[in-house]
Amino acid sequence: MKRYLPFIIVAVVAVMTVTGATVLYRAKRPTLAVVARDRSPEAADSLHTLGPADASVTLEEFGDFQCPPCGALSEPLNELSRDFPKLRINFRHFPLAMHQHANEAALAAEAAGLQGHFWKMHDLLYHERATWSQAPDARKLFYAYAAMIRCNVDRFKKDMVSEQVNARVQADRQEGSKLGVTNTPTIFINNKPVPPASLNPKDLRVAVEEAMKTAKLPTAK
Amino acid sequence: MDRTQTGTNAPSRAAVVIYILTASIALVGLTEATYLAVLAFTGETAVCGGSEGCFQVLGSAYAKIGRLPVAAFGAAAYFTVFALATFSAFGYGKARKFLAITISLMFLFTLWLLGVQAFLLHAFCRYCLVSAAMVFLLTGLLVATPPASPTSS
Repeated sequence: MKRYLPFIIVAVVAVMTVTGATVLYRAKRPTLAVVARDRSPEAADSLHTLGPADASVTLEEFGDFQCPPCGALSEPLNELSRDFPKLRINFRHFPLAMHQHANEAALAAEAAGLQGHFWKMHDLLYHERATWSQAPDARKLFYAYAAMIRCNVDRFKKDMVSEQVNARVQADRQEGSKLGVTNTPTIFINNKPVPPASLNPKDLRVAVEEAMKTAKLPTAK
Repeated sequence: MDRTQTGTNAPSRAAVVIYILTASIALVGLTEATYLAVLAFTGETAVCGGSEGCFQVLGSAYAKIGRLPVAAFGAAAYFTVFALATFSAFGYGKARKFLAITISLMFLFTLWLLGVQAFLLHAFCRYCLVSAAMVFLLTGLLVATPPASPTSS
């Protein structure tokens, strides 16, 4: 029996490892719903969009301004928007509770949005993420950013604490929760969730190109 | 694998204790590396959920070899160490040689990964640091293992 014991021990550990990994994989595998196509006009109004309204491909991102992977995808998504004239990009807030200043940053973006500067603030927040995310009082920096993008700072300050702005952020968050969003970034292309492993510039570009081909419309410029 | 064919004899009591410790540490490393490999396969290392350092390291190009995450190779290496340490404890002489070779390779690769984190990525992931600590422990145990008696191969 002793002769076979090491083989048995090694085999048992191998089986346990494979089983454990399989169970963990199934538990961790993302389970995202397909976005309902018949969105209400109210829901559509709440979207921040880049690209034409009649786009053949729609990419929707649920993002968190304090999330490093979201920041890493910010510029590649802007590039996609520039390269594909028939691509529409929607941004929705999904500030994670684990990020201290994420909710305030979302409020800042919405407050800037009320003055027509959502995307400028969006880009600036991602660009300066390393700075404000470490700051004890990020709000002061958001005021400075508002001034930089030529917002009326007094109005911005009032809007940041307004119920209207908070409601827009919470509406996006609730929409994400309904769809099964738990992490950021979560991206849907034409209502289909993009697997987390494909959340990189190269794979996203390929996914958009394939969606364009499916729609049989012009791709890159 | 036949112990008589491999020309082995029973290791000393101290060596057996060291092999058991080696196998135990390898099991911990196997658990951690398997966890990280699963996270990489599900794509969770590409989204926000852990520390910023972990994202920078595990989400970087250095965290993959081809299409496979480095953690998967780590899991395979830890499993190999566990298996070889187990066989060594039961007196399989050739397993000792392969164990020494495997741990040495892991040590060198760990140095490379630490260098990548320190000098190229300027970020550290706590999972990687724990794994590095375990490889250093394995290396220490390898060095501390009493040499086999002259009759063993």
